Amino acid sequence: MVGAMEIYMLLPKTNCKKCGLPTCMAFAVGLLGREKKVDECTPLVEEKKYEAKLKKLREVIAPIENASETGLIIHPEKCFGCGNCVVACPVNVAADPTRCGVGLGPQSDKVILKVEDGVVVCNNLKECRRFGPNKTLCNACTVTCPSKAIEFV
Amino acid sequence: MATCTGCSLLCEDIEAIVTDGGLSHVKNLCRKGHGHFQAVFTERTEPSIDGQKVDLEKAILAAAEILKNAKRPLLYGWSNSTLEAQAAGIRLAEKIGATIDDTSSFCQGLLMERIIAGTIPTCTLDDVRNFADTSIFWGSDPSNSHPRHLSRFSYYPRGDKRQKSYEEERTCIAVDVRKSATAQLCSNYYFRLAPGGDAEFMEAIISVLDGKIPKVADKKKMIELGTLLKKTEYGVIFPGLGMVYSMQDRMDLFERLMARLNEITTFRAIPMVGHYNMRGFNELLREKTGFINRVSFKGGAAAHGPENSVLSAAKSCDAALVIGSDPLSSLPFGTARALSKKPIIAIDPRRSLTTDAAKVVIPSALSGMEAGGTAVRMDGVKIRFEPIIESKRPTDEEILTRIMEAI
Repeated sequence: MVGAMEIYMLLPKTNCKKCGLPTCMAFAVGLLGREKKVDECTPLVEEKKYEAKLKKLREVIAPIENASETGLIIHPEKCFGCGNCVVACPVNVAADPTRCGVGLGPQSDKVILKVEDGVVVCNNLKECRRFGPNKTLCNACTVTCPSKAIEFV
Repeated sequence: MATCTGCSLLCEDIEAIVTDGGLSHVKNLCRKGHGHFQAVFTERTEPSIDGQKVDLEKAILAAAEILKNAKRPLLYGWSNSTLEAQAAGIRLAEKIGATIDDTSSFCQGLLMERIIAGTIPTCTLDDVRNFADTSIFWGSDPSNSHPRHLSRFSYYPRGDKRQKSYEEERTCIAVDVRKSATAQLCSNYYFRLAPGGDAEFMEAIISVLDGKIPKVADKKKMIELGTLLKKTEYGVIFPGLGMVYSMQDRMDLFERLMARLNEITTFRAIPMVGHYNMRGFNELLREKTGFINRVSFKGGAAAHGPENSVLSAAKSCDAALVIGSDPLSSLPFGTARALSKKPIIAIDPRRSLTTDAAKVVIPSALSGMEAGGTAVRMDGVKIRFEPIIESKRPTDEEILTRIMEAI
């Protein structure tokens, strides 16, 4: 996963404030948190000398833009379908304690993560602990993944 | 609900939606099991003799003819068949005086022998989920070989006595030659061994448990491991092929380690069996003959010995029946070459190198999908399953019974 510093290196680093933020570093953090768009940095888009940087930036930012509302990214090509995240997720266990709690596949529709066709898929993201104003930085699904198929932005 | 026969965990909570004879949607199936289930739709075998397509009856008669005329037939495979088919296979071997062996002969056999005989204490996987607080993956990588092992039994689920599970109450330890996917989950408790260094590591653990200084490079970490093992309430070791191949004839050292651990606390071992019903065959053959594999019925009585293992029998046999296995791909090259020159009867649902080289190919139904039956999970629990899609292909058991009738 790309970091704020990596994004900063691809920005003009002039602190021109045209994006509405005081520094380019703040803009990089904004990009990472998906509060800002690349096009809001007008010098980067308009000036020819930044063309290569702009192209690179769009490449590194692409996976972040595809992430879900909570910043959850699933790489289905890396997933083993082991179900570690399904069993570890506290919301899953609360929604289906008799099955998820003891390691079986969930039957309830309220669960967030479940394994379908051999890979993990996510539903009901609004239930995720990382969603909404009272969010916590839960990482039960990412630390239990043996193949790093789940990431957060 | 369906049962997956992709590995020896035999997951029973699979939900499959079948439309027009195909699988449109499967829930709870891991990637390995999904691949196994999809296999039913591609590269299926057809009944054939010398590469020419024939009808099933003719193929079965040709197979019976080959076995009847053979003086030293070999029956090999069995680990991917149901208990019913294995029982029919053992009856067939008795009838024609054949040598019978399965994949455990060069796989987990050494360990399985001791487990079934009871010299190494074992338990069921449900006990692991309910009571175990330390799981040791020794020379095994369940994340790849048995993907749902950690999530269903050994690390993540909550059990009767382990309500706080992996967050507080369970520890998982990986002992391996490389940092496998499972070892990455064990974070602090990963012990890297040099290839073949398992015996030395076992001796180091025993000396730590005895309160001596171990003869290894990282003494501090080793003492930490010793303390953890002593504090364990219910520990389980999952030895994989890495450990079995490294130990070979020094397996008594593992027995000694288990005995020493059990003096202090409760420790169990469950071998990480690969094929879904290898343990079933071992138990069945032991019941009948007293040996778990490598048995010859030549002359009527059951004889056991290394000369009856598939590795030597492949060279000395004059015909081979291979069921649910692909020895030409999995055996060492010299043995596979010797076997390929013999007339082979292959009973397999799917095309493989062995069916390509076989004289007679008999297609069978894929158990778990098209055929029901009983199988034994890696921990010795019998699991019965029903077919989920209909198929015209005969089951392994039917084929073997018909071959026997023809003989």
